[in-house]
Amino acid sequence: MRYLMLALALLLATPVVAQDMLPPAPYAYKQLPDPAQEAKAQALMETLRCLKCQSQAISDSDAPMAGDMRHQVRTRIAAGEDPEAIRQWLIERYGDYVSYAPQVKPITWPLFAAPLLFLALAALLLRKRFRRSTNSGDRA
Amino acid sequence: MIAEIGLAVLWMAAALAALQLIAGIIALRPKGAQLGTLVRPVAVMQGVLVALAFAALVTLFLTTDLSVKLVADNSHSAKPFIFKLAGTWGNHEGSMLMWVTIMAVAGGIVALVEKRLREDTLIATLAGQAFVSLGFYAFLLLASNPFERLPEPAPEGAGLNPLLQDVGLAFHPPTLYVGYVGLSIAFSFAVGALVTRDVGPAFARAMRPWVLGAWIFLTLGITAGSYWAYYTLGWGGWWFWDPVENASLMPWLAATALLHSCSVLASRNALRAWTVMLGVVAFSMSMVGTFLVRSGILTSVHAFAVDPERGSFILALLAIYIGGALTLFGLRASTVTEGARFSFVSREAALVFNNVMLCGILGIVLLGTLYPLLTEAMGVKVSVGPPYFNPVSAIFAIPMMLVMAVGPLLRWRQDKAGRITWPVAIPALISAAVLLGIVLLAPRVSLLSALGLAIAPGLALASMMPLRGRKLRRTPLATWGMVVAHVGIAVALFGMASESAFSTEKLAAMNPGDSQQVGPWRVTLQGIAPVAGQNWTALDATVAASYDGGEPTMLHPQARTFANPPGNRTESALKTRWNGQLYTVLGEEGEDGRWQMRFWWKPFVPMIWYGGALIALGGLLALLGRVSSEVRRLVATGKIAYRRERQGR
Repeated sequence: MRYLMLALALLLATPVVAQDMLPPAPYAYKQLPDPAQEAKAQALMETLRCLKCQSQAISDSDAPMAGDMRHQVRTRIAAGEDPEAIRQWLIERYGDYVSYAPQVKPITWPLFAAPLLFLALAALLLRKRFRRSTNSGDRA
Repeated sequence: MIAEIGLAVLWMAAALAALQLIAGIIALRPKGAQLGTLVRPVAVMQGVLVALAFAALVTLFLTTDLSVKLVADNSHSAKPFIFKLAGTWGNHEGSMLMWVTIMAVAGGIVALVEKRLREDTLIATLAGQAFVSLGFYAFLLLASNPFERLPEPAPEGAGLNPLLQDVGLAFHPPTLYVGYVGLSIAFSFAVGALVTRDVGPAFARAMRPWVLGAWIFLTLGITAGSYWAYYTLGWGGWWFWDPVENASLMPWLAATALLHSCSVLASRNALRAWTVMLGVVAFSMSMVGTFLVRSGILTSVHAFAVDPERGSFILALLAIYIGGALTLFGLRASTVTEGARFSFVSREAALVFNNVMLCGILGIVLLGTLYPLLTEAMGVKVSVGPPYFNPVSAIFAIPMMLVMAVGPLLRWRQDKAGRITWPVAIPALISAAVLLGIVLLAPRVSLLSALGLAIAPGLALASMMPLRGRKLRRTPLATWGMVVAHVGIAVALFGMASESAFSTEKLAAMNPGDSQQVGPWRVTLQGIAPVAGQNWTALDATVAASYDGGEPTMLHPQARTFANPPGNRTESALKTRWNGQLYTVLGEEGEDGRWQMRFWWKPFVPMIWYGGALIALGGLLALLGRVSSEVRRLVATGKIAYRRERQGR
């Protein structure tokens, strides 16, 4: 059964990838038949940026380019590719800008360090505050 | 003529603001006290004049005076009345005029009604307010004159972006502006109190209604903006962590923290420095928001670099106000003592904890919003979106929600945890049971959604606990306000988690007569017909939707086409039930003649906005409670004074 699905997916995928940017991209406005795969594709599409729009994910846009990208994502998921591999493939093509999930790189380190820093700051602030206040709380 | 009057009045108002500032500064010196009597009337007059200027601009828009550049660029004679009106503030110059108008009118109201604050603190506050206003007057008069005339009147106006031609959006910006400006008043109070070294309960009581009012408007603005995005963008999303949304969320987060610490200062005389600091931060966030939205920096750092005048102006104002306020804070911080102490287990401690968590979320949102701009300036384009904001803000939001459930049950100053075992244990058990149920029955729900679904009912119940054992009719309105707002948070949280966990989507190419199943709904496309509105034409789909085999209801999603200026917009059609919303959209016609239809069933999604409305209602109840007790107090002191006078005779 799995082989049959794979063969079917490949059959669908190859001609489609070949003519990749031509307008009628069937999976732009069509869901994958397998709900589990569609859910995977949907989760990925929600984290990819539509490059022609202002602040919209490709899952939220009517722009033709977003439609083409949805089609790409769905056919690749149907062909059994890993969502993160598809993200990497898109990043190679369009740059980091396409992914709403920032990639861990030197230029984004501060972005990931900040939550830890804020937590440390919060802990410090609260500790200072409460140590002082409990001391003086022992009145009488 | 009206345009010239408007401009002249605006200049006069600016001059009065300068007078208000100078008189205020002199009055605070030892020998200048007699000038102090000038400050209040000048503040009132300034408010009246600037309101006249704004009325002049509204008149120009309503009569579509095409000899005025702003009207010609942003309006059109064929627009419906309501959008001509909204056109007044649907552009850069008009929105900035609206900003100073609200600010000056609010300043006038402070001058008229504020009687409890020490007179010198009030004068310092009004001077501070004038200082902030002056920057915006300069901005308007020097860099963005709304009353500029065209050499030749334009034959017709350019119109308003179709996306903005929506009643919800017409009133969205003013709502947010009232919020931003309310925070500017809080800022002025903080500056005033720092100047006269008067940071105490009286200052907090004077500031509180303004913070509450600003917070109510921000809550309404964000809720309405989110609902607008949800039903106009046509893909069922309701929050995108878009910089413009973040620009309104950040002042809200700061205002929420400020509101709570202000209450502690007003009733317990604690957290003095913290409250002043938050007053400065809250207004900074309003300014950052205005800068982000108004400078054009969001489309691209380079778009900003091409025409940096406006952005630089706001940035300079931001630097002056915030830098100035922080310097003042630094100079005076040593004189502001912390105030009353409290123990680790006390309501103050819970409030402090949550204030710190709110600041953590604020920090994350600020960083995530500005970071792409920073890297772009360095030549690297990155995006920061939901996959970053959702989990990272949850690190702070989840502990905050837990403490929020417990905090209102604690006593002020010092308490014993053992005293509230039961009121905490019952909601905690409910949350744990829900979490277990989700893990067992719906293991595919994501961790964050599962936590949201589990925390929400426990939080709602815990939030109502402060009412137990009270006579409900004699419970103060402010307590009701807190309960309602906290329940509102739980309700909204449930809606958000349910939407992300349980939505079902159906995209389909359909011929008239075709049916599809989406969740429990059976939807049938019955036909497509052209229709026309006042300034648009549309394709109108008739969709019959029946829930679980019941009677069908008719829905009419449309694809609208606007002429002035040309543009398209999908008009989704929604069917709300108690347990969720069906969302239908008409897309384009495919090559085979079938129509691209999109359907979503979103269980409990309206709770997001009901929750937002409850939060705002809670704020309103609290505000009413405070104001009515103020009024009662004034009446009572008035009566006592009257009796004394009579007895004296």
